[in-house]
Amino acid sequence: MAEADRYVETFVELVRRAATELPPDVVEALQKAREREQQETLAQRALATILNNVDLAREASLPICQDTGTPVVWIHHPIGVSTRELGSAMVEAVRRATAKQYLRPNAVNTFTGKNTGDGTGRGIPLLHFEEWDSPDIEVRLILKGGGSENVSAQYKLPDSRLGAGRDLEGVRRVVLDALVAAQGKGCAPGVLGICIGGDRVSGFEESKRQLLRPLPDTNPVPELAALEETILTQANTLGVGPMGFGGRTTLIGVKIGVLDRLPACYFVTISYMCWADRRAGVRIAEGGEVTWLS
Amino acid sequence: MAELKLPVDEATIRGLKMGDYVELTGRMITGRDAAHKWLIESFREEVAPFMKDTVIYHCGPVVRHDDDGSWSFVAAGPTTSIREEPYQADVICTYGLRGVIGKGGMGRKTLDGLARCGAVYLHAVGGAAQVLARSVKRVERVFMLEEFGVPEALWVIDVERFPVMVTMDSHGGSLHETVEQQSRQKLEELLGLGA
Ligand code: SF4
Repeated sequence: MAEADRYVETFVELVRRAATELPPDVVEALQKAREREQQETLAQRALATILNNVDLAREASLPICQDTGTPVVWIHHPIGVSTRELGSAMVEAVRRATAKQYLRPNAVNTFTGKNTGDGTGRGIPLLHFEEWDSPDIEVRLILKGGGSENVSAQYKLPDSRLGAGRDLEGVRRVVLDALVAAQGKGCAPGVLGICIGGDRVSGFEESKRQLLRPLPDTNPVPELAALEETILTQANTLGVGPMGFGGRTTLIGVKIGVLDRLPACYFVTISYMCWADRRAGVRIAEGGEVTWLS
Repeated sequence: MAELKLPVDEATIRGLKMGDYVELTGRMITGRDAAHKWLIESFREEVAPFMKDTVIYHCGPVVRHDDDGSWSFVAAGPTTSIREEPYQADVICTYGLRGVIGKGGMGRKTLDGLARCGAVYLHAVGGAAQVLARSVKRVERVFMLEEFGVPEALWVIDVERFPVMVTMDSHGGSLHETVEQQSRQKLEELLGLGA
């Protein structure tokens, strides 16, 4: 009991960090974007407002965006640690974080339309567990906003409208199409988490998991690293720009993962993450020491 | 143009062009789905004076009730505007609004309404909850709080240097249409289609 309670407070802090402090690599990417945009344009002003907002939120420990999103959580745990216990600790942490206004009460009962009031609901937070060999517990979290979730997309290849076959060139084509369809509506500039393959469920899971990767990392698979680079560069020639105002920054990151698939299926799943690219992580050692991850 | 004082007259609004950046100072009102529906069900005389020559903000704020009974805005970013598309033009023309603030832009019907009645669409920076909340200096009063709840109520607020971008003007200009068209063209180039 005492132990479960200790998880709860650590998890509340994890949620607070995610909701109020944008990771340093994301801030840096937004700063670079602001420098890249032309003086006095709406694009540059939007980025300046965003960066100003990020500072205010951090200083006051208040939510960066009022849509505090769906908490999507990945937990690695050693053999013998109860996932049920970890799961309820996370649910309780979301409740407390909501009471403390780090999160907005953001869960609505789909039948009645009523807000559950405490930030939790069926499927919220969304939890994933994986056992590993380390004696530590590692928890990683993203807060996935609604506006950006609404512009996420899943394509089935081949797609004749876009001339997209079942290869990486096909992937490039559908991803750029999704981005143009999204325009600024997902609060651009965004980050794309992409999964090639899998099924309709695992595709979205993996595409979201890709969003845990820090922006400057390099994909270990050279072909995918190249594709990430190509999509990022080409996306920024589309001219959608911050908030869809036009400009040179439509994306600040592209992260691609691959899952195997059925012979009959070739899905490309694209999770759009808004500029409020909120993620946080923590590692809890066997002895209880806590290390914060970015 | 840097600062725009509210209330504002039609001539000033007609002087704004898509692509302009302005900072709003003065009194405005918030309203989203429930409010828009309610505003056109019948003419709401009690609210009308708070809408004439000012702007309506598509926002579901997080509001704190202070010990002295006053209210303050804790988070106040824009919500997606297109949901009000069926109502917006009528609300603008019936109540004499000079503008709408939101995010994502709106459609043809609203664009026509802006031209007909002399109003603009102002895009706030999506997600900038803290910057925008800090621009709200005072909550003057609130309508339909009991009935609609905090996010959906109509809050009459005083703002100072509230940053917005004119993305749809009163001359038929829509930055959203322009950007979409250009980006579609660029996409066709990148995909080698349509050539
Ligand atoms: S898309 Fe992101 S930044 Fe925009 S309102 Fe939603 S959570 Fe906030």
